[in-house]
Amino acid sequence: MEGGVAYEQGLNLKATELTLGLPGTGETEGQGGVRNNNKRPMPTSETNEEESQALKAQIVGWPPIRSYRKNSLQEKKDSEGEASGMYVKVSMDGAPYLRKIDLKVYRGYPELLKALEAMFKFAAGVYSEREGYKGSEYVPTYEDKDGDWMLVGDVPWDMFMSSCKRLRIMKGSEARGLGCGV
Amino acid sequence: MDLTPKQSIPAAESTRFPDEVLERVLTLLKSPKDRNAVSLVCKDWYTADSWSRRHVFIGNCYSVSPEIVARRFPRIRSVTLKGKPRFSDFNLVPDNWGADVHSWLLVFASGSPFLEELRLKRMRVTDGSLEFLALNFPNFRALSLLSCDGFSTSGLATVATHCKNLIELDIQENGIEDLSGEWLSCFPDNFSTLEVLNFSNLITDVNTEVLERLVSRCRSLKVLKLNRSSSLDCLHRLLTSAPQLTELGVGSFSQELTPQQHAELKHAFGFCKNLTVLSGFWDATALNLSAVYPACSGLSFLNLSYTALQSQELASLLPHCPCLRRLWVLDSVGDRGLEAVGANCPSLEEIRVFPTDPFDEDMLHTVTESGIVAVSQGCPKLHYILYFCRQMTNAAVATVVRNCPDFTHFRLCIMNPGQPDHTTNQPMDEAFGAVVKTCKKLKRLSISGLLTDLTFKYIGEYAKNLEALSVAFAGSSDLGMQYVMEGCSKLKKLEIRDCPFGNAALLSGLERYESMRSLWMSACNVTVDGCKALARQMPRLNVEVMKEEGSDDCKADKVYVYRTVAGPRRDAPPSVLTFSSL
Repeated sequence: MEGGVAYEQGLNLKATELTLGLPGTGETEGQGGVRNNNKRPMPTSETNEEESQALKAQIVGWPPIRSYRKNSLQEKKDSEGEASGMYVKVSMDGAPYLRKIDLKVYRGYPELLKALEAMFKFAAGVYSEREGYKGSEYVPTYEDKDGDWMLVGDVPWDMFMSSCKRLRIMKGSEARGLGCGV
Repeated sequence: MDLTPKQSIPAAESTRFPDEVLERVLTLLKSPKDRNAVSLVCKDWYTADSWSRRHVFIGNCYSVSPEIVARRFPRIRSVTLKGKPRFSDFNLVPDNWGADVHSWLLVFASGSPFLEELRLKRMRVTDGSLEFLALNFPNFRALSLLSCDGFSTSGLATVATHCKNLIELDIQENGIEDLSGEWLSCFPDNFSTLEVLNFSNLITDVNTEVLERLVSRCRSLKVLKLNRSSSLDCLHRLLTSAPQLTELGVGSFSQELTPQQHAELKHAFGFCKNLTVLSGFWDATALNLSAVYPACSGLSFLNLSYTALQSQELASLLPHCPCLRRLWVLDSVGDRGLEAVGANCPSLEEIRVFPTDPFDEDMLHTVTESGIVAVSQGCPKLHYILYFCRQMTNAAVATVVRNCPDFTHFRLCIMNPGQPDHTTNQPMDEAFGAVVKTCKKLKRLSISGLLTDLTFKYIGEYAKNLEALSVAFAGSSDLGMQYVMEGCSKLKKLEIRDCPFGNAALLSGLERYESMRSLWMSACNVTVDGCKALARQMPRLNVEVMKEEGSDDCKADKVYVYRTVAGPRRDAPPSVLTFSSL
């Protein structure tokens, strides 16, 4: 059984990166007649996320949502942001009781997996996008907002943080079904 | 029916109807279009219609003057007035643009003080106007303000205080200055005529005891829409005292309830056997949502667009609503949620999917082409769709209209401007081509995504019943707009923003504008000279240009053109230039 996880080499971060900008930006332009006469430049992948959100928001009146609707959703967003900690339950097949961890404490998948391995005394195997976790009968999974069970590591960390409802470390044959050939 | 012209023969030999009979017959015609047609038959019928008309709908307050309306319809009881261009909802129209209702009220007070109902949309209404209304129209009974601005809750207070016969107070989505909930306490203690009360978009708290007493007094109350700050305890008591409600807007649905409270609330919902419309639900939790199930069996319209439901929550709720015809949701429900719609709502006629985070690119909180296809597969009666999404394909749209060919309203908003089909990288021309070719009854269309002139060619060629078209970030040349102006003979409203249409395009519509309500063009290539040319050639159009700060003198940043019998308006602010043929 391999100790530790060869993580950063296996994870293909580029493929799952959220790039900012129109599809086709960076390739030849000139398709169709999109006019940009009075708008700010479209964000590119160099623009950081906050800046690009501000850029997008500067196209006046777009998307066409009425102010009362924008305001009522904005209120909800503001109040959500204030909540501290993002605690999710963690279960492991065969373990007598569950644990709880604060996702906000970790900066990325390597740290999270290290912590889980330490907490439950297991090793997760090598992650690759194509084959999931190889080399271990333990597979870290999580339940997302839609109620689906997903493999930990497939989506960018930020997306994982906002969609993860709870974690489950699967073991044995069930794990093999999820971990391979997905 | 053969109407012989008036002759100077004794009445006994005349085949004319007595005026009273004709007027009585005409009163039975409800549709404004029918009444308008009737009034054109002959002078007698025109006169009879004028005296017997009780309701008038004015789609553009500047198309006619209040004096003309009052002169023609001296016994008017109910007026519906619409003011600002629709794009004012998205902050594209300056605040002081106009559409003030006060001049209308002054004229009506002197000519038709028997006014009973006033429904305003996108008008400017001050507290002074509300007070004037409350004090000068003794029979006044119904006030509906939608997307209006300029007033505060103090204005509502004067209406509540003085309108003794009020049956409807409907305050929606307005730019209201919300000072306090005191206005509700201004209804007199013996006041009991209310049938419609909607204060759902007000933020300040109202006194719950006052509200509960009011509701229990008003035995005819049918429509009650609470605001967000109304608690579930209050709701429970209201339901118990008003089980006759047909339309209910609940407040926030996030309060934590004990099992006992939950059971009681569910029980109270069970009393409401007549509910057809449910809305509100700010921040609903899944558990609380289950309390409404007993009231859902007859539900025809469910508005969940203020709460970010997840797919599972929607999937659990929908089986309880077998009669659902209209559904509004946020895109948080995802494609999975929309699959549940397709699976559970066979009678669905209208669906609107709004974005939870319009400015957030996070792909999680969104729906895709799969969602809209899933709805169309399960809901063949669908005829109205409003869909905000971040990706779409031509094939999906073609599938949707193949499944549901009866669309009358097709409004698709791909939120990234100029975005192509995400699987083929082609423009979305074929998508809208499929819509107009298949949906012969299409009356309203909103297009988006990467679009060339071909889309407009399709629209001009096939959308023969189109009345309203909304265009943004689309087209390649003047030809685009020309296709539409030439082909869409029933067009009434055209709104265009950020398209490469210039003066040639603007002038191509010369023959069309007088049969349309209005044209809006902003951030296009139209110049002031082009607008002047239009105004010169068409004396019965008002051509207005809104100038933005710092723009070139020759540019017509925002253009608003509309037909009118009232001449150029005199209340335009300095930033609005009005051109006439003079």
